[in-house]
Amino acid sequence: MVTFVQQFLNGLTIGSFYAFIALGYSLVYAIMKLINFAHGDLFALGSYVAYSFLVWASAALTAALGLWGALAVAMVVAGVSVAIAGLLMERVAYRPIYPAGRLPAVVSALGVSIFIENFIMLVWGPRYQAYRSEFVPVGYFQIGELRISILQVVILISAVILLGFLYWLIEKTTFGAAVRATAQDRATAALMGIDFRKVIRFVFTVGPALGAIAGVMVGLYYRQISFSMGWIYGLKAFVATILGGIGNIPGAMVGGILLGLLEAMFAGYVSAAWKDVIVFAVLMLILIFRPTGLLGEKVAEKV
Amino acid sequence: MREIIAGLRNDPRARRIAVGIALALMVAFPFFASAYWVDVAFYLGLYTLLGLSLNVILGEVGLFNLGHAAFWAFGAYTTAILNTRFDIPTLALIPISALATAGFAWLVTSPIIHLRGDYLCIVTIALGEIVRLALNNDPGGITGGPNGIFGIDRPRIGGLVINTPTEFYFLVWIIVVICAWALLRLQNSRIGRAWNYIREDELAAECMGVDVRAFKLLAFTLGAALAGVAGNLYAAKMMVVSPESFTFMESCLVFMIVLLGGMGSVPGTLLGALVVSLFPELFRPLARYRMLIFGIALVAVMYFKPAGMWPRRRATFRSVIGREAGKA
Repeated sequence: MVTFVQQFLNGLTIGSFYAFIALGYSLVYAIMKLINFAHGDLFALGSYVAYSFLVWASAALTAALGLWGALAVAMVVAGVSVAIAGLLMERVAYRPIYPAGRLPAVVSALGVSIFIENFIMLVWGPRYQAYRSEFVPVGYFQIGELRISILQVVILISAVILLGFLYWLIEKTTFGAAVRATAQDRATAALMGIDFRKVIRFVFTVGPALGAIAGVMVGLYYRQISFSMGWIYGLKAFVATILGGIGNIPGAMVGGILLGLLEAMFAGYVSAAWKDVIVFAVLMLILIFRPTGLLGEKVAEKV
Repeated sequence: MREIIAGLRNDPRARRIAVGIALALMVAFPFFASAYWVDVAFYLGLYTLLGLSLNVILGEVGLFNLGHAAFWAFGAYTTAILNTRFDIPTLALIPISALATAGFAWLVTSPIIHLRGDYLCIVTIALGEIVRLALNNDPGGITGGPNGIFGIDRPRIGGLVINTPTEFYFLVWIIVVICAWALLRLQNSRIGRAWNYIREDELAAECMGVDVRAFKLLAFTLGAALAGVAGNLYAAKMMVVSPESFTFMESCLVFMIVLLGGMGSVPGTLLGALVVSLFPELFRPLARYRMLIFGIALVAVMYFKPAGMWPRRRATFRSVIGREAGKA
C-alpha cells in the first residue's frame, strides 16, 4: 500500500511535468497544425536559464525573499526568457515558411530543435549540470512509512493552480473563445474580427513559458539536467497530447497526468527498463483503436 | 549554366551522356582520392540508399515516416544475429535481411496504415523508439543489450574478401545505382502513378479505384526492404551493431535527406544525402559549431527552397513528347 501511494504521488508529479509540456504542443498544434519539434528543447532551455540564474542570484534572493521566493523568481525569469525565445522562433523559423506547406514547416521545426539543443551544449557544456543543494528544498512529511517531500507537494499545488488558471483562460474568457475559434477555422475566425496574429503570439508565449516552468521543476526534482533531455520529455509529452486528443486543452492536462501515472505504476510494479516501451506501445494502441484521443479531438483533419 | 540544365532536361541523349560521365567519375573516384574520402563516399552511398528507401514511403506516397531507423536497425540486427549465430555469409544475407525487414514492416504497419499525416508521423516515431529500446533491453538475450553484437564477418565473393574502403565503396554504390535505376523505372509505372496519385489526393485516388491501403503497404514494405539492405551493408562494414546507432536523430537525418532533396526525386535524394553526409566533413574545422549551423541551414533551405533543392519535375506535355521523340 505504501509503495502504491508513493508511486501514485510520483506519477502525479511526473504527470504534471508532462501536462505542462503537453499544453505547449497542444496549443501550437491547435492553432498552427504544426508539431513543434523544438518545444522539448525550449523546455530544456528553461531549465538551464533558471539554473544559471540561481547560481548567479540565489544567495542574494534567498536572503531577501527566502528559498521559495528565490525559486519563484527563477521560474518567472526562465518563463519570460523562454517565451521570448519562443516568439523569436515563431518569427524567424515558422512564419516565413508556414505558407509553403506543412512538411517544410516540420523540417524547419527539426532545424530549430537541433539549433537549440546545440546552443545549450555550446553555452553550458555537454556534461550534466546539477542543481546545487543550496537551492533545492529538502524538507519532507513523514506519515507512517510514507515519505512525501515538500517539493513534491509544492509542485503538485502549483500545477493545479497554473493548469486551473489556463483552463479558465481558454474555456471561460472571451480571449479563450477567440483562441478556440481560431483553432477550429482560422479563416472564419479572422472574418469575425479575431486577430489571429495575436492568438499566435499568445500560443508561442504561453506554451514555451509553461515548458520552461516544467524545466525548472524537473531540475529541482531530479537535480540533474542535460542538454539533450529536451527530446525525450518532448516526445513523452507529445504522447500525452495524443492521449488527451491533440488540440484539446483540458485533454493535454489529463493526458499528461495519466501518462505519468502509467509510467510510475509500470516502473514500480513491472519493469523500469521497459517503461518507455510501454508508453510508446500505449500510444500506438490508442491511435489504432481511438485515433481521436481518449477525450476526443476538437480539430479533425479534413479530407 | 541555365541553358545547359535546360538542354539536359529536354534532350535525352545529352542526359544519357551526362549520366555516363557521372558514372565514369564515380568509378574513377577511389583511384585518385585518399582512403579517408573513399570512406566518406561509402557513408554517402549508405545514406543515399537510406534516403532512396525512405523516398519510396515519404516522397512517392507522402507517408510521414519519422521512424525509419527502426527498419534500418532491423536489417542490421537480422544480419548480425544470423551471421554470428548461424555463420551465414553476410553477402547472402542481403536478400534475407531485405525480406525479413519487409515482413517486419508489413506486420507493424498493417494496423497503423490508415492513420493520416501527423498521427502516422507520431506512431512511426514511437515505433522507432520501441525498436531501439527493445534492442537495448536485450529480449531473450539475442540482441546483446547496450553493447550490441560484434564479430560480424566481412562480405566475401568467392575468394575475394571485401575489406578495404575501395571495395566497400564499390559494393555500396553498385547497389545504390541498381536501386536508383529500378526506382526511376518504377516512377513511370502503374505502381508509381498510383503512389503519386495517393500523395496528391488520397480521396480522389480511392474514388478512381486505386487500392489505397494496398499501395501504401507496398510502399512501406518496399522502402523497409531497401532499408534492410542498408542495414546489412552497415553491419558488414562496422562489424558491430549497437542500439545507439539507430536513434531518433538518424531517422530525422534520413527524413531531412528526402525533404532537402525534394519529395519523390531520385537525384534530389542523392543531393540531400550529399548535403547531410558531407556537411559535417566540410565544417570539421568548426567542429563545435557545425550542428548549430546545420540547424540554421535546414531552416534556410526550407525558406528559400521549400520544395527541396532538386524537386521532381512533373511530367508535362512537352517532356512526354520529348521522350517519345527520343525513342523514335
